[in-house]
Amino acid sequence: MQAGGNAFEPLGARRLLALGGIGLILVGMLVGDIFAVFVLHQNAAKVGASLSAAAHAAAAGDAKTVLASLQSVGNFLENRGTKVDTHVHMIAFGYLALLLAILQPWVGFSDSAKKKLAWIFLFGAWLLPLSVFLIHYVGLAYSPLEAIGWASIFADFGGVLVIVATLAYLLGIAKRTQQAADRAPVRDGVRGDRSVAGRILLAGGLALVLLGFLHGAYYAAIDLYKHEALDYSVLSEMSAGAAAKDVAAVDSALAKYGQSGGEKAVNIAAHAHAIEFGLLAILLAFFQPYVSLRDSWKRRWAWVLLFGSLLLPVFVLLELKLGLLAGGIADVAGLLVIIALLAMWIGILRYTGEIDAGGRLAEGANG
Amino acid sequence: MSTARRLLIFGGIGLALLGMIYGLWYAVFAEHQELDGIGKSLATGFSAAGARDPRAAEDALQQYRELKYTYDRHVDVHGHWIGLAMLLMVLGIAFDRVELTERVKLLLAAGLFLGSLLFPLGVLLQTFSHGVAPRAVAVAGSALVIVSLAGMTMGFARAPRSG
Repeated sequence: MQAGGNAFEPLGARRLLALGGIGLILVGMLVGDIFAVFVLHQNAAKVGASLSAAAHAAAAGDAKTVLASLQSVGNFLENRGTKVDTHVHMIAFGYLALLLAILQPWVGFSDSAKKKLAWIFLFGAWLLPLSVFLIHYVGLAYSPLEAIGWASIFADFGGVLVIVATLAYLLGIAKRTQQAADRAPVRDGVRGDRSVAGRILLAGGLALVLLGFLHGAYYAAIDLYKHEALDYSVLSEMSAGAAAKDVAAVDSALAKYGQSGGEKAVNIAAHAHAIEFGLLAILLAFFQPYVSLRDSWKRRWAWVLLFGSLLLPVFVLLELKLGLLAGGIADVAGLLVIIALLAMWIGILRYTGEIDAGGRLAEGANG
Repeated sequence: MSTARRLLIFGGIGLALLGMIYGLWYAVFAEHQELDGIGKSLATGFSAAGARDPRAAEDALQQYRELKYTYDRHVDVHGHWIGLAMLLMVLGIAFDRVELTERVKLLLAAGLFLGSLLFPLGVLLQTFSHGVAPRAVAVAGSALVIVSLAGMTMGFARAPRSG
């Protein structure tokens, strides 16, 4: 079974999914970093300004401007939402590609069928986030439908391709399970690895997931209900101030609303990033045998990835206290993760088949 | 395949299916209605304030509060069930590298699976009742997840036994 999918041939399904998956994660993280530096804060300021305009218009009794300003809030949120969705989907599809790469030896199809499915998956996985990114710019131009634009149609098509390829792989696993009695057990370099770099990534990754989970539990127990109550009470204060034409009360409520929204956002971002980076480290641990670098360098890149993965959520949390300084450090931490990931990607690209050749030799000797 | 690994891998697949089916139901029957309601209640609240009608504004914002509370939890349940399912499957594949006895590994796997099921379920139950019971289910579930993950982290960090 060595050649049938668990081998790391140059354009085999497993290597395509591994390289394509890490590539998706790399680009998704770069998009996230660029978004954080150039779009996130500017967009939040515009949302705040539109909400302020709505509240002041309400104080002035100008219902038309209230609705127009709230419409602007909706537009800015759509712009923000599509950028976040691009970032999140690229990374999530990258994880799924890595998981499918690990599972290749258990897929009971021919190598060429598995390779075709890998291309379909990767095409869909790139098409969906790219199309989602364009939704805000393309809008409903030349669309045959009333409410859905071309970008959304292509995004949905990308999603369908990902679902089709994933379902086909699942069918392949079911097929192989049914034939399992007639086949030799899978011997797989990806699962059999016991290297130090792999262990660092497994234990470090799971520790990051644990930290993210602990932080989420702490936030849910201590701050979540406070923030939810504040969200309502501040909006209530704002509307009462507007009804009483009290501009000072409206401004004070707006400031509190911004502060509360910021606290909620950084807490959720820190929680999600710690867990996602942890999962990434665990997935990458499986591919360490195929990272064609010296062991000492594999260990160094594993530590760099974990260090960046810990630093980013910690400094995202500190953004409210330290402001831009913490934001800058978080961006550098993101860059460290990107560099370590790129190094591993290059290592996998350099791999020329030593482990597979060893496996085939061993099988030949046994046979 | 050991029982612990089977529990993690098949439990993870089951949980992912549950999360996706729930997400599909939610997207078709609840999400757009909730988002529409949130937008409308906020606009009504501010318009009423502009019309100097504080009582109507207060009613609309109260409606916004309820809808936002439910919406946040629905999204959280979907995301957490699928996220935890992925973690279960990945840990299942790597589980032979946990350097602990089979009995402890089975306990950890069972704890993680049960916690992953109960924690989002508790959050979902909060949309039906604001009482203590749903919160207790969510807290118990998350405690199980945390303890199991801590045990597995130690198991992964231990050097492999020779032979």
